[in-house]
Parts: sequence; C-alpha cells; structure tokens
Amino acid sequence: MRFFLNRLGFLLISIWAALTVNFLIPRMMPGNPVDAILAHFQSEGAPLGPNALHALEQQFGVAHSSIWSQYWGYLQNLLHGQLGTSITYYPLTVTQVIERSLPWTLGLAGTATIISVLLGTFLGVYAAWHRGTRIDAGLTTVTMFTSAIPYFWIALILVYLFGFELHWFPQFHAFSTLPPGVAWWKFALDILYHAVLPGATIVISAIGGWLVGMRNNMIQTLGEDYVTFARARGVRNRRLMIAYAARNAILPNLTGFAMAIGFVVGGALLTEIVFSYPGIGMQLLTAVENEDYPLMQGIFLIIALAVLLANFFVEMVYGFLDPRARQGE
Amino acid sequence: MSMSPTLSNADSLVETVKARRTTFVRLLWANPRARAGLIILMAMIVVAILAPVLAPYNPTSTNFIPSQAPSPRHLLGTTLQGQDILSQLIWGSRNSLGVGLAVGVIATVLSLLIGVLPSIGSRQVNTIFATVTNIVLILPGLPLLIVLSAYLHSSGAFTIAAVIGFTGWAFGARTLRSQVMTLRQRDFVIAARLAGSSQLRLLVREILPNMLSLVMANFMFSILFGILSEAGLQFLGLGNVNAVSWGSIIYWSENGSALLLGMWWWFIPPGAAIALVGIALALVNSGIDQVSNPRLRTVAKTKKGGILR
Repeated sequence: MRFFLNRLGFLLISIWAALTVNFLIPRMMPGNPVDAILAHFQSEGAPLGPNALHALEQQFGVAHSSIWSQYWGYLQNLLHGQLGTSITYYPLTVTQVIERSLPWTLGLAGTATIISVLLGTFLGVYAAWHRGTRIDAGLTTVTMFTSAIPYFWIALILVYLFGFELHWFPQFHAFSTLPPGVAWWKFALDILYHAVLPGATIVISAIGGWLVGMRNNMIQTLGEDYVTFARARGVRNRRLMIAYAARNAILPNLTGFAMAIGFVVGGALLTEIVFSYPGIGMQLLTAVENEDYPLMQGIFLIIALAVLLANFFVEMVYGFLDPRARQGE
Repeated sequence: MSMSPTLSNADSLVETVKARRTTFVRLLWANPRARAGLIILMAMIVVAILAPVLAPYNPTSTNFIPSQAPSPRHLLGTTLQGQDILSQLIWGSRNSLGVGLAVGVIATVLSLLIGVLPSIGSRQVNTIFATVTNIVLILPGLPLLIVLSAYLHSSGAFTIAAVIGFTGWAFGARTLRSQVMTLRQRDFVIAARLAGSSQLRLLVREILPNMLSLVMANFMFSILFGILSEAGLQFLGLGNVNAVSWGSIIYWSENGSALLLGMWWWFIPPGAAIALVGIALALVNSGIDQVSNPRLRTVAKTKKGGILR
C-alpha cells in the first residue's frame, strides 16, 4: 500500500510538472505566439470572437492578469478538457485533432514496442544462454550498431530499399484510398501492409536496449546458487533457462521501461514523419510548421501524460510481481 | 581494515592517483574496442578541423550539374540544387561534432551539478534533486525539444546545443547519483569522513576520483545523444536549415524528394556518418566498461541503465 501511494504521489507530481512546463514554455520563450496566431486567423479571413481571444490570451500569457491567475485559469481549462482551438485545422479543437491522430500512433508505436520487448527479451535470453559464443557476440555487436543509428535514417533506408527499389511495401501513408464498400478485412489488411515498414523501423531501433538488458540480467541470474543447484539436480536445460533463470531476469529489465518508452515515443515521431503516417508525430510537425501553438502544446501534453501513465502502470505491475520493489523504497 | 592517510603520505597518494589515471588511459588504449572507437573519433575530428583543406569544393556552391550519381568528379554525387555532397559532408562534420561536443559538456556539467553535488546537502535536498531528476528523466525528450525549438525558431548552433543539453542531463544525473550513493558506503569514504573530512572534500577528493570512468562514459553518451538529437531536429527543419550539418543534408534530401528520385547518395552518406560516430562512441564506452570494472568483462551492466542510449 505504501508502495502504491508512493508511486501515485510520484505520478501526480510528475503530471503537475508536465503541466507546469507546458504552461511556462510559451511565457519564457522570446516572441508572442498570440500575435502570430491572430495574424494567421486574420489572413485566413476568420476573425476570432472575444471568447476565443480571451482563451488564447489565457493559454499563452498575454499580461492582462497576474501570472498566478493565468496559471489557475490554465489548470481549470485543462480540467475541463479544453486544450484550445487548432489553427491549422480551424474550426476543429485541439482535442478533436488529437482524437483523430492518437489511435494511429498508439497502434503503430504500441504494437512495435510490444514486438520489440518480446523479441528483444527472447533474443537476450538466447544470447545469454549461448554467452561467449559467436551467436552472442554477433547479437550484441549488431545491437550496439542499431542503437547508435538515428531512427529516421533507418526509416529512410527501409523506404528506399523495400518501397522504392523492390516495391514490396508502400512508401508512405497509413492506408490507401480503397473503393467505397470494400470489405472491412481488406481495409484492415491494407493498414497492416502499410504499417510493416514504419513498425520495422521502430522495432529495429528499440530492440537493442531490451536485448542487451535482458542478456546481462540473465548472465547475472545464471550465476545464482539456485540455478546451479537446479542444474545439479538434473533440471533440463530448456526448463532451467526459461522457468528458473529468465523468469527472474525479466523483472529488473522492466525498470528500464520508463526511459525506453520515452525513446520509443520520440523515435516513433520521427518515423511517422518519414512515412507521412497520420499520427501524433506528423501532427506535431504540421503544428510546428504552421506555428499552431495550441496544437503543439496539446500534443506535448498528451504525449507526456501517455508516457507518465504507461510508466506508472509498469511500475505497478513490477511492484505486484516483485515484493522487493514494494519494500525497497 | 581502513586507515586514515597521514599528512606526510598525502603527496604520495596524489602520485598514486595520477599514476592510476595514466594507467587508465593506457588500459583503454590497450582495449581493442576502445582503441578502434578512439581512432575513428580522432579521424573524424581531424577531418572536421581540416575541412577547408580536405573538401574538394565549396559546400554551398550550387554550380555543379544537379542530381548526379557518384562519379570520380563528385565522389558522392551532387544534390538537386547542384551542390557537391562530399564537400557538404566534410564541412557538416564541424557543425554536427561541434554541437555534439557542446551538448556533451553541458549535459555532463549539469548532471554533475544536479546528480552529484546535492549529495553533500541534507536529506531533504537530496530527495528534492532526486525527484526532479526522475521527473525530467521520464518526460519525453524529443517532443519537448521540438516544442522548444519551435518557439526559438531557426536558431544558432549554440542555442540548439544548449536546448539539447538542458533536456538531456537526467539520465547521467541518475547514473552518477546512484554511483555516489554506493561509494559513500565504502570503507575508505567512511574512514575519511570519520577522520574529519568535510562533505565537499569527501566528494572531491574521495568519491569523484573513483567515478571518473563513469563520468567519462556519461560524457560519451551525452555526445551521442547530442549528435542524434541535433540530427533529428535538423531533419525536421527545426534547426538552422541553411547551416551545413549532417542532419540538414538529410532534411534537404527529404525536401528534394531524394527518395522518390532514387537519389540514395544524397541521404545515405550523412546518416552513415552519424552512425559511424555513434558506433565509435559505443565502442569507446564498452571499452571503458571493460577496463574500469573487470567484473563487467563477464557480467556486463546490470541494475542501472539497462537501456543504453
């Protein structure tokens, strides 16, 4: 229980920190975003009403009121789920834009993350079991290389090789325009087909950390007395590897998850941009290019919240599985 | 079995520490991985310094026949705008390595200030700094970087380095902090404390010299982080797209639809250069690991930092 409260406290503090950073950025940076936004609306011939203007000023800190009342207003707006109006997609609100693009990112990055965790863990176990052999050396060297290469470059190479040269997979976008009334499974297959290359990019870049982490934990665990004892008792190798060593080695690897998820999200953003994949990352770039500050900050907030919640969830699972974590605080 | 050094042998102690440091460098050089990495790095730094001599043409000149595949005249071909890509690559190394190095320095100094220095303060101070570190650590870095750069508009190399450095210190701070915490429990530190050393002296004279290799590894990681982040920002067009750097070459290749035209020579070399630096730094780091902690030769990194990026 104490562990739970402790982690919950950390979650709340970090959410508050994310909200506050989001509030402070436009106020600390040079220039006045509201002017840019107003100029944009006027040039589009869609002047803002007084309410929208007031909301904008509150969001970006035009000094009509003290910073504390601005902060209070900002938090209240967030509590009501109001992130402002997007400039690029006017009259859509930021929330609506995010609702449309978030499923794509969650689907792509989520699936790719799960695949890389599973595959990386499996390969890590395998490498540890064959430690010191060529397989182990090969796997660890390859992952050292893949971890050092920028995501977007891997993406570019995959697009070039498998999209442009070989025509095995589509180069861009998340789906193709199919004739109306096409069967739903055909559409689903089309989406999967489009997701292969961007998904592979994320898996290739993210797998290394999991593999190396798992391998090192495994080697540590294989040195434990109970493993030696089980071996002496004649436990079969496969059972020893999976039921004795791997099960215990997985846990510490989870602690790296918090950092890993941040990297995956960042990498997924770049990947989406290379593939013109209509997720959050693509929208973030669109927002930046159009000086769409409300959308930009809404997206940052959503990403931060998602990462913090994912981390909280993993820590809960970790605490549930490993009693030491509950007491260790 | 701890003993407190007397004043008379303090000098010889300093000598031993110095000797240990030169041995460390020699050991590092003797390690094949670290040596390979160091040689690649030094070669790249030399290329960056000698860019005016080595580059065959002016990197911004657009006087050549555009979109040419590699040929003896243009070893890496030309861009859609008719620039020589080899010259861009050579000049770009200045920007990319420079920003990486600056980020390395900024992030390492910050992680020392935030991760290590508070250990001399009270318990509350420690808790506060640890919590701040953990929060910054899990806030997604790249989105924050993108938003910050969007407000700063296309800015100079140093601003970019500062912003990246300010978002990238947390991992190092946490690693260094946990090392400080471990070292504080060791006999020789406790002995020095009982002998009456002040907290600051304890940190500077006893603890820091014993974690130099970790600080160095952290510096290498920060450089890699800086180079990758700068490339990412430039690729998105959020840095200064008119400055020649590896990231901005890839940005222009995207902009000029190199992918649709099949101009692989435009985007593969700059990415390969980034990857080469990354691999060199990773090699040096695994060398440092092996040299500084003999146990890691068989049992590599365990609890801290399962994800090394």
